[in-house]
Amino acid sequence: MSAAGAALRVEIHLPLPQFLLECSFEAQNEVVVLFGASGAGKTSVLDCIAGFRSPHRGRIALGDHVVFSSEHGVNLPVRQRRIGYLSQQLALFPHLSVRQNVEYGLLDLPRPERDARVDAIMERFRIAPLAASRPAAISGGEQQRVALARTLVCEPELLLLDEPLAALDLRLKSLLLEALFDWQREHAVPLLYVTHEQSEAYSLSRRVLVMEMGRVVADGEPQRIFSAPISRERAVLSGYENLFEAIVEETHPTLGTMTCRVAGTDLLLESPMANKAEGEAARLALRAGDILVAVTRPSGISARNVLQGRIGAIEDRAGMVELRVLCAAGASRGASEEASEETRETGFRVHITRGALQNLGLQLGQAVWLIIKTHSIQFLRS
Amino acid sequence: MTSPLLLSVQLALVTSCLLFVFGLPVAWWLAFTRFRLRFMVESVVALPIVLPPTVLGFYLLLEFGSRGWLGAFWVRFTGHTLAFSFEGLVLGSVVYSLPFAVQPFTAALASVDRRLLAASASLGASAWRTFWRITFPLAFPGIVTGFALSFAHTLGEFGVVLMLGGNIAGRTQTASIAIYDNVQMLDYWAAGRQSITLLGISFALLVVINALNRKRNWRLQ
Repeated sequence: MSAAGAALRVEIHLPLPQFLLECSFEAQNEVVVLFGASGAGKTSVLDCIAGFRSPHRGRIALGDHVVFSSEHGVNLPVRQRRIGYLSQQLALFPHLSVRQNVEYGLLDLPRPERDARVDAIMERFRIAPLAASRPAAISGGEQQRVALARTLVCEPELLLLDEPLAALDLRLKSLLLEALFDWQREHAVPLLYVTHEQSEAYSLSRRVLVMEMGRVVADGEPQRIFSAPISRERAVLSGYENLFEAIVEETHPTLGTMTCRVAGTDLLLESPMANKAEGEAARLALRAGDILVAVTRPSGISARNVLQGRIGAIEDRAGMVELRVLCAAGASRGASEEASEETRETGFRVHITRGALQNLGLQLGQAVWLIIKTHSIQFLRS
Repeated sequence: MTSPLLLSVQLALVTSCLLFVFGLPVAWWLAFTRFRLRFMVESVVALPIVLPPTVLGFYLLLEFGSRGWLGAFWVRFTGHTLAFSFEGLVLGSVVYSLPFAVQPFTAALASVDRRLLAASASLGASAWRTFWRITFPLAFPGIVTGFALSFAHTLGEFGVVLMLGGNIAGRTQTASIAIYDNVQMLDYWAAGRQSITLLGISFALLVVINALNRKRNWRLQ
């Protein structure tokens, strides 16, 4: 067993059906967010570290405690790794009481010590009154706390969390995260937190690893990573179907946003702040799946871009429908001033489900509104 | 002298206990192995379901006789043959009822949520602890079902017992054979009495098991 506070070092080489999982990174006693779209390989990385699957080649160590090494033929079984793993499926034991669940990892300890540790953690996560209940009889938030307590009471040397709180409402989630991060600071162990939500990646940690197709493509502070321009190749690869040349019209440093005009049109888009001056050219990227469609003009909505357009094409693709929506300027929010009639239209590719198409009764030529969040607009490296 | 009914119950009880002890590891292996030829083992286990009891009994009789490998060993070891003895009936019944225990056991073990087993391992539990604390309790209803089915199936066994046991009153004459004998001798009263007792035992068994499983499911929800 290594001392608490050992750094995690990971090198993984594992061919998966969809792509090659190949990544290496280190984590000190810190919270590291592993961010990426679903299917990017995040969970596979956690599974390799926890021991549920084995890389073809690689090395995984906590300080000098090597849990996997293809070179030295080391592959410790899950139970000997002392790694806490919690996923959205909490996997509470349904036939055991809350207390029996929490003490499960400590059954080898003598009674008095076990009881003391279980009492302490149950007090800390405010589940002591539920001790005798079964998991099915308590609320979702309580189940989360029990699962967390059950994992933490073993005092793992590393914590792996795979979107464990995705099912909770925001208030419960932030309370639990606070408790979790307090624990992490006290015990000074590395904590890997997997998420596919950019908002979580922003707020949880000062360090984000971005995964795409089995590789770590960025590593650093979230503000730096998410405002950094991405390459055109990466934009196309990762499914940014809409790419626009644009001019920065106005910057709003206090709001952290900019207004950009799509080149050759009067169409204005509000985007996140990038390192650009007014009048400078910029290339914008936008995922077709990040655009909402409305058949009436939406109001009272937080999204800063509401554009009017008409449907120019409807194309049935595998699993979804691609709309081509033509937007002229003047429909943009805030652009209530005179729209020039000579402007070119801008085409947006929009992905919706077949159900949405039927439900809204969308047809060629129909007028629709597009809704685009500021932060779903990305900048491309020029 | 043991009555046929008592003999049947003894035989069924010993058989289902043996199947619990030896069938459970087989079922565990079947439920969790990734061995490619698992289906071969499954087929062998299932064979007694499709095989006529007389065919099974015939081969067992050859094997249990003093010229059979097992039979010869048994004679040298105990001084009497395996065929025409209670022990022979037990062994035959274990083979005959094997699928009725192993198949429900396997289904029950395989249906336990793998994520619970993964959670148990990541909490530091050994395979042994995971089995007894998580897998077994959660598979318990299916295991009881397998125990009861093998018990009931052995209780009603006819062909294999006839081939192996030779219908020796007090030693190898079970209830189902006694019923047949009584009917042959036109003693419908005795046959009826034995039949209604077997019917009662089997029905009571099923009622108890279903009630147990129902109570348990209710507690887990």
